[in-house]
Amino acid sequence: MAETLLLGTRKGTVIIDRQAAGWRARPILHAGVPVCYATRDPRDGTLWASLDHGHWGPKLSRSRDGGKTWEDISSLKYPQGARHIAQVLPTPDFDPEAPVGEPEYANATVYKIWHLAFGGEEQPGRMYAGTIPGGLFVSDDGGDTWTLNRPLWDHESRGGDLFTGGATSENHWGGTPASIDYGVFEPGIHSIIVDPRDPDHLHVAVSSAGVLESTDGGQSWTGRNRGMLMDYLPNPEADWGHDPHFVTHCPGQPDHLWQQNHCGVFYSDDGARNWKKVSDPDMGVNFGFPVAVDDRDGRTAWVVPGRSDAQRMTIDGGLFVARTEDGGQSWQALRKGLPQEDAHDIVLRHALDAAGDLLCFGSTTGNAYLSEDRGETWQCLGNNFPPIYSVRFG
Amino acid sequence: MPTIKMTSHLYRFFPHLKNRTLSTPPGSVAEVLSAINDQAPGFTDYILDEQGALRRHVKVCINDTIVIDRKGLSDLVQDGDTVFIFQALSGG
Repeated sequence: MAETLLLGTRKGTVIIDRQAAGWRARPILHAGVPVCYATRDPRDGTLWASLDHGHWGPKLSRSRDGGKTWEDISSLKYPQGARHIAQVLPTPDFDPEAPVGEPEYANATVYKIWHLAFGGEEQPGRMYAGTIPGGLFVSDDGGDTWTLNRPLWDHESRGGDLFTGGATSENHWGGTPASIDYGVFEPGIHSIIVDPRDPDHLHVAVSSAGVLESTDGGQSWTGRNRGMLMDYLPNPEADWGHDPHFVTHCPGQPDHLWQQNHCGVFYSDDGARNWKKVSDPDMGVNFGFPVAVDDRDGRTAWVVPGRSDAQRMTIDGGLFVARTEDGGQSWQALRKGLPQEDAHDIVLRHALDAAGDLLCFGSTTGNAYLSEDRGETWQCLGNNFPPIYSVRFG
Repeated sequence: MPTIKMTSHLYRFFPHLKNRTLSTPPGSVAEVLSAINDQAPGFTDYILDEQGALRRHVKVCINDTIVIDRKGLSDLVQDGDTVFIFQALSGG
């Protein structure tokens, strides 16, 4: 059973340990620095925090002694010549009928290191990092050095290879509102999935483009958005333009993938080749950010529903977790121990995690809740954390 | 030689620069920052993005003049000048 929780918060990293008297938080680490993601490498126990410095550029921070000491790593950078087609945030005077002009290009710089994932047991040192503006980075030395995955960066769905010339195809990757804080409107990779059966089998999810799969260790990528539906573009079934909020899988049944999307909850039992919408709007299961899947049973998943993309808060002031155990055919609202009056929390995409019978989530209101019985009952770990961006068992 | 003064917030990452009078050879702003980086490896990763431009919330002044060329960093720093490195703090 997991003994540690890592919280990435607006004001630093919080580590919570299971002790005889219960779960207890240590003094905050990276004090004052926004930490958008914190996690533990299950292969060697290294702790990682993605520092979202507002002034000094995003950095990774690494601890190899369980969180006692940390070192910043600045080596995750776009190479010289990396460019992308600059996205434009539609303004009130945007004219959709205006002729399409030549694309404008921007030199790539890391705005945010949004997600980290680890290679297989037979790949010591292999790590992945997803970024805004949409680059996937790979390390084979435990994070000391990083390389941009060119096949994904140069993918035809975002204009082709821009290192040496202009776009050779149309860009279908839209910006994510999460990038607006950096003064841009660019895509971001927030979900990276490594298949435990075959570490060369990868999925990534991009806001706002969709899901892509590689079966050759990242040498080539294919869009996997069949069955996805969106409600904000003319063609709801378009190949691209989807807005996954988070995508994850069942480690014990890796072909079972789950997606909390801007437009609902989606489930695939065939490795993302086909998605099926499994929302239940009548009971509030539709909009939200995070999703967690059971370690062994790919049909069991949890979401933390929110009210509509326009409001992004709890439904009627009551916080609940919804669980399905049948692949989304039915959902159960789990409320015991969670506030049911005057609670207006929203839980962000990386702020729900499952490990065995344990579940934990944290909200932007600074509340963290833990369940030790698969969501049946909940205990509060604290109400005064900074806004919580990520929750991961370690 | 030019003298370098910087926001104390940078001492969090480069504590050995604290309580030191830092100076570099004269040259362009880019050359001055590079010279600081020689004394504090990794320094420019905090000041500049990977394309060599000043990060959005960082300002550099030569004496009383704010550096305008934030991408090329071509302004000249001469003997006797003082280079200031600031950050804009905001938010909650």
